[in-house]
Amino acid sequence: MIEKPIKRYKELPSAHLLGTGTPMCSGCGGLEVLHEIYDILGAKTVFTNAAGCMTLLAVYPFTPFRGSWLYTAMASAPAGAQGIRDALDILLEKKCIPPEEDLQVVTLTGDGSAYGMGLSATSGAIDRNLDFIYLCYDNEGYGNTGQQYSSATPHAAITSTSRTSHGYPGYKKDLFSIWVAHRPAYVATIIGADPLDLAQKIESLQSLRGPRLLLSLAPCPTGWDFDPKLTVEIGRLAVQTGIWPLKEYKDGKIRHTKIPQHRKPVEEYLKLQGRFRHLFEPVRAEKEFAMIQKRIDHYWDKVIGKD
Amino acid sequence: MSRQLLTGNGAAAWGARLANVEYIPAFPITPQTEIIETISEWIDNNEMTGRMVTLESEHSMVTAAGAASATGVRVFTATSSQGLLYAIEMIYNVAGWRTPFVMVNVSRGLSAPITLEPDHNDVLATRDSGFLQIHCATCQEVLDSVLIAYRLAENEQIRLPVIVNQDGFYLSFTREPVKIPDARLAAEFVGKYDPQNMAFRASSPSSQAVAVLGAGPYSYFRYETHLASLQALSIYDDISQEFKERFGRFHPIVETYRTDDAEYAFVMIGCFATKAMDAVDRLRDSGVKIGLVRPRILRPFPENQMQSALAGRKGVAVIDQNLSMGKGGVLHTEIASSLYGKHDAPPILASFIGGLGGRDISAEEFYEIASILQHGVKHNKTPKPRLLYTEGELRAMRKLQAIAHVERYELNSKK
Repeated sequence: MIEKPIKRYKELPSAHLLGTGTPMCSGCGGLEVLHEIYDILGAKTVFTNAAGCMTLLAVYPFTPFRGSWLYTAMASAPAGAQGIRDALDILLEKKCIPPEEDLQVVTLTGDGSAYGMGLSATSGAIDRNLDFIYLCYDNEGYGNTGQQYSSATPHAAITSTSRTSHGYPGYKKDLFSIWVAHRPAYVATIIGADPLDLAQKIESLQSLRGPRLLLSLAPCPTGWDFDPKLTVEIGRLAVQTGIWPLKEYKDGKIRHTKIPQHRKPVEEYLKLQGRFRHLFEPVRAEKEFAMIQKRIDHYWDKVIGKD
Repeated sequence: MSRQLLTGNGAAAWGARLANVEYIPAFPITPQTEIIETISEWIDNNEMTGRMVTLESEHSMVTAAGAASATGVRVFTATSSQGLLYAIEMIYNVAGWRTPFVMVNVSRGLSAPITLEPDHNDVLATRDSGFLQIHCATCQEVLDSVLIAYRLAENEQIRLPVIVNQDGFYLSFTREPVKIPDARLAAEFVGKYDPQNMAFRASSPSSQAVAVLGAGPYSYFRYETHLASLQALSIYDDISQEFKERFGRFHPIVETYRTDDAEYAFVMIGCFATKAMDAVDRLRDSGVKIGLVRPRILRPFPENQMQSALAGRKGVAVIDQNLSMGKGGVLHTEIASSLYGKHDAPPILASFIGGLGGRDISAEEFYEIASILQHGVKHNKTPKPRLLYTEGELRAMRKLQAIAHVERYELNSKK
């Protein structure tokens, strides 16, 4: 728990609470963000996990967590959070356990569960105003099975189920807005490459109760086809190009926490990733670049116009 | 103790209330809904403590049930049919978590075609999950079995969830006189829930239901669950004995009716077995030495109890209210496997399928089954499996088909 507000990078906790030696891929953007969040939330937590890359964090008899963990299933991690939260509340109310035994319930899933199979369970948990934090590591595809496209996959990305030169024909689902439409306590987008913004958002949500989403873009070296050393760089470019807006929803209002003043062309983000290589060679797909850029510009025009 | 007219659903709700359940994750489905409506009303009127939460699906409901049980509270839930199957991924999961809660299933036939009335394909789909299964034939049994089920589930040598099964409509919506145990005595019998080593607490972090790498650990945990399940039979005997001493009602693992000198036997589960009892009485009146064997527990399967209940009979007719497509009756298969190669096993074990989707099994059909069985014994030949269906039913079906054909013709001719 944070005692005083974090204003500078130097003030970020460096406890490294999450253990090392997990079977995550090197350069995993999801693990990066989990490290940062776990340092702040601490070990008085219980994670309910859905099928995904991070299911392999805890493999009998090892776990990197100092707190607790329950693997559920791909569709129902929020329902697992419901059962634990309700049980803890019952035990607290009956004074069967003292308040210091209480735990923060955190649901941890990838985009496959958060955007797709688990969306019904998520919607239900928000309806019931469940007091929990939902952390989604969004690597824009079914990463654990080899990066097939999911409803979080961006337009034109090559995945193992969209291999043609056009890539994925659909467009990334707007999970942030889906959450906001439920009027929950808190919704934020984050990225591991901006740990200060992330820490400040966790501070914000810690003072709240109810359903709270942390939606993190999770650059994925194996799924997106880039050198693991570029994870942070790609994360930064996602923010600087404006393709991953950092924002939060609180008290009924959406606020952008980082508005890139001089947005870099989206090409700079795309060109580092093999999944978009077909847009650059053998010939530059100018129409595609223009269309992707236009969608980003259109988004920010609305934001800046409104703000 | 008081005596009331209760439906099977009412009896199930009373079981949960008397077991002092703390958490009830719920989801409505016909013909189960009355259970959660009853509990909800009691909680609203402060007649029952406990927290009920309606989830958005049975899959989530069973997830929440297992998660809450793993956190250390006593959990009750209920479902039926499509709901049970929608939850089946989690039914296997929570058994693997070894979470000891009780779920009442109100049996109803499975889609397609969709129906509301009962048969046992729904509950038998959970057969291999690790849940223990108790099958009831009366409303009293439903209430008593819920109480017994908590003792069984929470026993330190078992630690597995239990399904208490009752038939939709025939039990769920049928009022029977039910003795409701005194709340204090019931609480004494069930005892307090001891979560043992399963509890998420700040001072004692734990990881549950984690992945395993390799077949060695996987097989180990699967075998452990199986072996724990097998222990339930001898433990059940002790619990049911204690129940009898406290409440005066005995619910054996396998119930037998007029089998002492029986040459023949019907084998059935669920409330249609009460129809078989009536048929046994009438067949006895006409000189046929027949009885009824009704296993109340199907998981773990009571091999020894079934062997001794059927030993020495000349012929046995298993009447399955389920159908394993491409094979036949599930109960028949299970009984055959427990009798094979056993000394004194009945030479004739015949299979009959009936009661699908609540289809009645008439007294005449029981007589016919007995007659086929006797014929098989006389000629030392196992009769072919029969799918019970009457000429009258077929005629009614043909009428529906005729209407469908006419309507289709009308539609096509207007095009």
